[in-house]
Amino acid sequence: MAKKVLMKGNEAIAEAAIKSGCLHFFGYPITPQTEISEYMAKRMPKVGGLCLQAESEISAINMIMGAAAAGSRCLTSSSSPGISLKSEGISYIVGCDLPCVIVNVQRGGPGLGGIQPSQQDYYQATKANGHGDEHVLVLAPSSVQEMAQLTSEAFDLADIYRMPAMILADGALGQMMEPVDFDVMSKRDVPEKTWATNGTEGKRKKNIINSLLIDPVELENSVIARFKKYDEIAEKEVKYEEYKCDDADIVIVAYGITSRICKTAIAAARAKGIKVGLFRPITLWPYPKKQLGALADKAKHFLVCELNMGQMVDDVKVATECKKPVSFFGRTGGMIPSPDEVLAEIEKLAATL
Amino acid sequence: MIEALKNLKNLIVVCGHFGAGKTNFAVNLAKAKAAEGKNVTLIDLDIVNPYFRAADNTAELEAIGVKCVNPDFANTNVDIPSLPPSVMGAIEAQVREPERVTILDVGGDNGAVALGMYNRFFKDGEYDLLYVVNKYRPLTEDIPDAEFILREIEWSGRLRATGIINNSNLGEVTTAADIIDTDSWCRELAEKCSLPLVSTCAIDTLGGQLDAVPDVFYIKNATKQIF
Repeated sequence: MAKKVLMKGNEAIAEAAIKSGCLHFFGYPITPQTEISEYMAKRMPKVGGLCLQAESEISAINMIMGAAAAGSRCLTSSSSPGISLKSEGISYIVGCDLPCVIVNVQRGGPGLGGIQPSQQDYYQATKANGHGDEHVLVLAPSSVQEMAQLTSEAFDLADIYRMPAMILADGALGQMMEPVDFDVMSKRDVPEKTWATNGTEGKRKKNIINSLLIDPVELENSVIARFKKYDEIAEKEVKYEEYKCDDADIVIVAYGITSRICKTAIAAARAKGIKVGLFRPITLWPYPKKQLGALADKAKHFLVCELNMGQMVDDVKVATECKKPVSFFGRTGGMIPSPDEVLAEIEKLAATL
Repeated sequence: MIEALKNLKNLIVVCGHFGAGKTNFAVNLAKAKAAEGKNVTLIDLDIVNPYFRAADNTAELEAIGVKCVNPDFANTNVDIPSLPPSVMGAIEAQVREPERVTILDVGGDNGAVALGMYNRFFKDGEYDLLYVVNKYRPLTEDIPDAEFILREIEWSGRLRATGIINNSNLGEVTTAADIIDTDSWCRELAEKCSLPLVSTCAIDTLGGQLDAVPDVFYIKNATKQIF
């Protein structure tokens, strides 16, 4: 492949997965992420991998469980309603401590909703991808380059912590085109998959992958062990970006495509003399609580911007311990605010400070 | 407008691999033809891409007199790939009044299937089918792959291509050198496909930096800006 390529976000995810050694893709088409499947269908045969269009999202996620159990790096992708269908399987995969990468290119909801971009699955992704005490790593890219980079990191994180990692994108990021450089992707050391059910060859004890633990003591212990791992992840793996926060009176908290809109609005507000910055969580789970909380002593006001009705507001209030007021501005149902709309909100707030 | 584009037939089909920049080219061509006083119709025949499409530019185009024909569900929340009767009407109008200019912006790859149903209106020598390529797009950066997609489009649309448009770009960060670098690749592709390289597109901010490349068509970015 040429060094520089112009890609849709969806294509960047697919190519990054292949470059990360993903050999199994199972999916079911749904707008606005179908290009991932299409790209995989064209590229996987050329790299000796498999792209399979399952008969449903439920089949796809269970195929992922099988491939992950066998030690393969595997990927599935969908958009909001399809992720809901996968939720039982995601919980099973967590219960089995298996690594995989799940992509959600969000569209408007609830229900069948619409096909335009949204961030309405924040709660689902960060709090309850499936039933039971469980979490998945959630990474929120804001550019096509990050779609590629974070996909590659998601595979490493999933393998290191033996759990699913989700790329939480949206329709705009999936469809828009930007140049991508695949040479800068990070590579971490990942442990060997000694637990995989990939055949004993008569040389070792058999491995068992299972999420059914009938004995409540055993089940409780397994959940507690998993939550110790979650604590370690929260300590080591948070990612975030601070943009012009040093002198900011107003700190906007936004992720994904919304953070790009906010940056344009921030430039316009700064030109008018308003001190405003951006805190962008890149990992939505684990949430960069400490880092955001540290801003609460300096900033006067936090403004959460999302393509939903304010799902991240509570996380910001917890992180900042409600030391400063937290307000919300957003659009929903597939509507995207213009930078001017965000600027108007910033100006309105600035007038009250 | 450059000679090469002035000399096109009045029925113009714009095709290409998905994401090659067909819509950007088609919208700019419609504007350029309208600026020459032509009666222009732009048909958005994209049944593939639900997001960035010719229909995003309808208000701007209609303000300069370009008639826009869009699928019923373009820019709504419905992804039903249906085409309204007005498409057939617009193509029939072209046949009745050949001095009109009708440009069809056809969706990527298998989107060309939508062309097939209008096949009877296309007579050899009376239309141009332009294959838009961007060397920086994945899956078409090798000449055999780029030719393969062209042949697929011809097969799906049941029409023969008549020329190639080099729309190689890296989005907003494209430099003049990025475009110049693709010139020889495009000429090789054109030769392989036995087609003329009709024009090379460049964003208008690169004006004056591309004198080394013949037949440059300077375009404005017609893609909907989110941020």
